[in-house]
This record gives sequence, structure tokens and C-alpha cells, in this order.
Amino acid sequence: MAEYKGVLVYGELAEGKLASVTTELLGCGRKLADELKEGLYCLLAGDRVGEASKEAIAFGADKVYAVEHPALKEYQADSYMQVAEKLAKDVSPRMILMGQTSMGRDLAPRLAFRLGTSVTTDCLNLSIDPATRLLVQTRPVYGGNAQAVFTGESMPQMVTVRAKTMSPLERDASRKGEVIPTKIDIDTSKVRTKIVETVKEEAVGIKLEDAPVIVSGGRGMGGPQPFQTILKELADLLHGAVGASRPPADNGWVPEHLHIGLTGKIVAPDIYIAVAISGASQHTAGCSGSKHIIAINKDPEANIFREAQFGVVGKYEEVLPAFTNKLKELLAA
Amino acid sequence: MPVNMIVCCKQVPDPEAPPAVFKVVNNKMTLPPEVKPVIGQYEEFALEAALKIKDTAGGKITALSLGNNFVRDVIKKSLAVGADELILLEDKAFEDGDSWSTAVALAAAIKKIGAYDVIFCGRQSSDWDAGQVGLGIAETLGIPAVTLARKVEVSNGKAKVERVIPDGYQVIEVTLPAVIVVTSGIGALRYATLKGIMAAAKKQPVVWKPADIGTDASKLGAAGRRSRLDRLFQPVKESKCEIVGGDTAAESGAKLAVRLREAKLL
Repeated sequence: MAEYKGVLVYGELAEGKLASVTTELLGCGRKLADELKEGLYCLLAGDRVGEASKEAIAFGADKVYAVEHPALKEYQADSYMQVAEKLAKDVSPRMILMGQTSMGRDLAPRLAFRLGTSVTTDCLNLSIDPATRLLVQTRPVYGGNAQAVFTGESMPQMVTVRAKTMSPLERDASRKGEVIPTKIDIDTSKVRTKIVETVKEEAVGIKLEDAPVIVSGGRGMGGPQPFQTILKELADLLHGAVGASRPPADNGWVPEHLHIGLTGKIVAPDIYIAVAISGASQHTAGCSGSKHIIAINKDPEANIFREAQFGVVGKYEEVLPAFTNKLKELLAA
Repeated sequence: MPVNMIVCCKQVPDPEAPPAVFKVVNNKMTLPPEVKPVIGQYEEFALEAALKIKDTAGGKITALSLGNNFVRDVIKKSLAVGADELILLEDKAFEDGDSWSTAVALAAAIKKIGAYDVIFCGRQSSDWDAGQVGLGIAETLGIPAVTLARKVEVSNGKAKVERVIPDGYQVIEVTLPAVIVVTSGIGALRYATLKGIMAAAKKQPVVWKPADIGTDASKLGAAGRRSRLDRLFQPVKESKCEIVGGDTAAESGAKLAVRLREAKLL
């Protein structure tokens, strides 16, 4: 039987740089590896991964498997799977960590089924059971209305981790580690999909994930118009961005990339202003990491008030203009 | 050319029920009887994706579901909106599975169905939210899969899919047969017509047991799991919301601005 050792992080690049979610995974992986007294490894696949490989060491990896190939320029499951499967078999780690990202969601279940093991997706918390040295995995279920703790004895143990739930280590450029350029042949004849085109839809202005303030609207907004007027006015005043819960996105009031929640974006701004959002768990899953949540809702029983630090009970049509005007006045003073 | 489609649908407790009614008792999610089961929201989108293709290219839609104790009126909604056939993997042996044992059973049923061009699944079930079964079916059957589809067109043995990515979308071409995993954006599931409801009332779902799909019960449901559920719990949340009030809603709004400045939040 193969021996399974160490923690392997499947890293990602964002615009050629090490993705922030990968630094979070390395921070979490470092703790797990230290507890097991085993190594922390990182796979980086792309057309150029040199710089990011060194960064991965600065953020905690002992070994970085750097796989460069022109076919890895853009993520495609059938090419990435060839790398992921080969490396998992060669390195034989005890655990594989991926981000619950566009790539992780698509790749992790495929890899688990290919390796004959299970994967727990969207984990919020990971720890080691000292008795069995198994990874204990906690994730939200039922749209965030409960949490479940999983273990599994099939190896390797695989998880994807929700972004912004783990802390990266302090970057340390003097940290020692080894970059191992790894050649993996990719049989492009086995790639059964073709990317015909990639279309950017993101609105101009500040990105939701980077905005310090988010003004978000829910089903209670009643239609598309207030997102472009009353919410936008407040967001602009606070140099923030406009977001939405799932119903406005499903109804086409706002584009899908403004959707915050379990199946949309996960954000953690300083200030999150939830307007006419009931606060279903499915939505709060995407914003509960915010430092301060402020809720405006006409229903005093709305769940959002359980999440919020400050709240006003009232119709947004009346509350919000007065709030924005007063704020303008105070900010100008 | 008509397209043979299979849509995997799951019967789940209504995820839109208020958070307060979700209660964990003895490690199991327990819901009051007034919370009715529904077809999962993403499976409804998957059904709509298939129906749109049937509208234009024509073809056959088989709805496929796995579980036990199905509420017939709920699961037969698939027939009422336009699926041609409904197959239920219904047996105690299918209960309490994980993504692994569920995908194994569905893949075995799909092999038995035989003729398929596209298998549609929702991006994640509305109860366990794992988001794995569609990809597991593709791996088990050895066919390609495209996830997070918000638009699908089929022609000449290929599907053209708009796949949602964080800052927009990609147009992806995939050879068929393939699994296509659907997200929102495809459009809400159409309402059943009166004619559809009448036709569905006359149809009976086909029920398959483990032996019908040639799979040993040890590979199914709870027995076939590869992950172990140790504990289900609900973290206690302390509400400490300061409600800012006034004589009118507008006054409350203005006071909120003052309060947030005081607290140095804005």
C-alpha cells in the first residue's frame, strides 16, 4: 500500500501572481503540516509560474512543484486534470487542499472521483484528529442553516476551502524551500472541450471583492432601477460598490457577478450595508466575514438583524434617502 | 437532430423556508411538516435548460431522481413541465448516501437508460450543497463535463455552453455525450401548463431498485459512502444588533447616519 505523507496545496495564479486564496491555503496547510511534522507542498500549474513559485515558499511551502506548459495558460479541466492526477499519484500526499474557487469547484470533485477518494467542498474549518491523524473537516450545509463535520478514511483526504476563512502567514522572503520544475506531458488530444471565447462582464469601477464598503440590495428592492440610483448613490458617496443577494441576480435586475452569497461572491468588506435583504443563510454565507454589517429592512423579524451590528426598521424608500443625505452633510462638515 | 437528454433532479426540503425552522435533532436535519419538499432550485434550472433545447432542436427528456419516499406530486413536476419520462431510483438502500455513492448509482442508471447526448445536473443540491454529483457522473461514465452553464445550445454532436467565470463568462464547445452542470442565469423553470399537468397525472414514474441497475447494495447509499459524517450542528449566534429608531422612517435613517459617524464606522 502506498504511503501517504504531507499536505499538498493546489495553488492558483491570478493575473500571473500567486492568488490570495493560495496564500490562505498555505497558511492553513502550514499549521496542519507542522502538527503532523510532515512537509507542505504546493503545485503551481500554468504557462509561467516562476515568480509565483518563489512567492509560495515565502508564504510557507517547503516544496513547490512548478509545472509549466503552454496548454495550461487557461484553466481547462481535461488538461489540468492530467497534471493534478499525475502529481497526486507521484507525491502521494496525505491531504490535498484546494480553494473553493472557480477552478477548485470544477477540478476537486473530478480529481476525487479519479483517485477513488472523497472531497469535502467549501470547508470553513480544518483540524487534525490527534488520535487518527485524520483531517477533520467542517462545512456549511442546508444553505448555511447548519454545519457538518466530516472525516473520511479514503486517502488522500481532499478538501476545498472557502476564500477568506483562513489567514495567510506573514510573507517572509528569507524562508527556505525548494522549487522543483516538474515536467508533465499533456496529451492535448484528450482535451474534449474548447474555449471559443472569454468575455469579461465585470462592471467598470471598484471590484466587489476589493471594495471597503458594499451597499447591497435584496428581493425587497422590487426591481432593477434602485440598484442604479439609490444604492449606487450611497455606494459612490462611500467609495464603495453595489452588490446584491441571489433573487435580484436570478431575476436579472443585476448582472450575476454582483451576486453575493453561497453560490455567488464571498466578500469581507469593512462595512456591509444590507438593504431590503431578509438575510437567508444562503446570502449571509457570502457576507458574514464583513467587519460591520448594517441592515435596513421593513421586517423587524428579518434574519439579517441577527447578523447586523446596527439596524433600522423601515421601508428603504424612506430610510435610505434620509440616511444618504444626512451622511453627505456629515461627511462634508 | 433530436437530442436525448437526462436531467438529474433531487427532492429536497424547501430551501426558501425561514432559517428558524431548520433544526438539528439527533444529528439529523429535522423540519416541521409545513415545510414542503421541492425539486432543488438548481435542478429546476437544469430542467429548464433541457426544455429550451427540446423547444428548438426537439428530443426526449428523461428526468432521473434518487432517494426514498418520494412525494409523487413534487417529483412529477418534471413531467408536468415537459419531461417525457421519469425514472426514480427509490429504495431504502439509496438513503443517506454521499456524493460518491449517489454518483455511482446515477451513473449506473444512466448506463441502463443507454441513449443519451446530454446529462444535465444542477450545480449543487439545495440540502447538502456539495456540488459534486454531476462531475462524479462524468468521471464514472468517462465523458466530459462543463460546469456553471448559464446557456446551452446543441448542434452537430456538440454543445456550445456559456460557462460563468468570476468576471464574466466563457463560451465552451464540448463534444457529446457530456454532462452539463447548470447554474442560475439559464432562466426560471417555466410553469406547467394545464395540458402538461393533465398529461403528467396520467403518467406513472418508472421505479428502479438496486438490482435493476445491477449495483450491489453495499455500494449504495450510506453503505457506499467514502466520507463519514461525524456531526451535524448549528452554531449559536448571538444577536447584538443596535436598532436605531425615530418617529418616522426618514428620521431613523438620518439618526443612523449620525450614529455610524459617532461609532467612527463611516
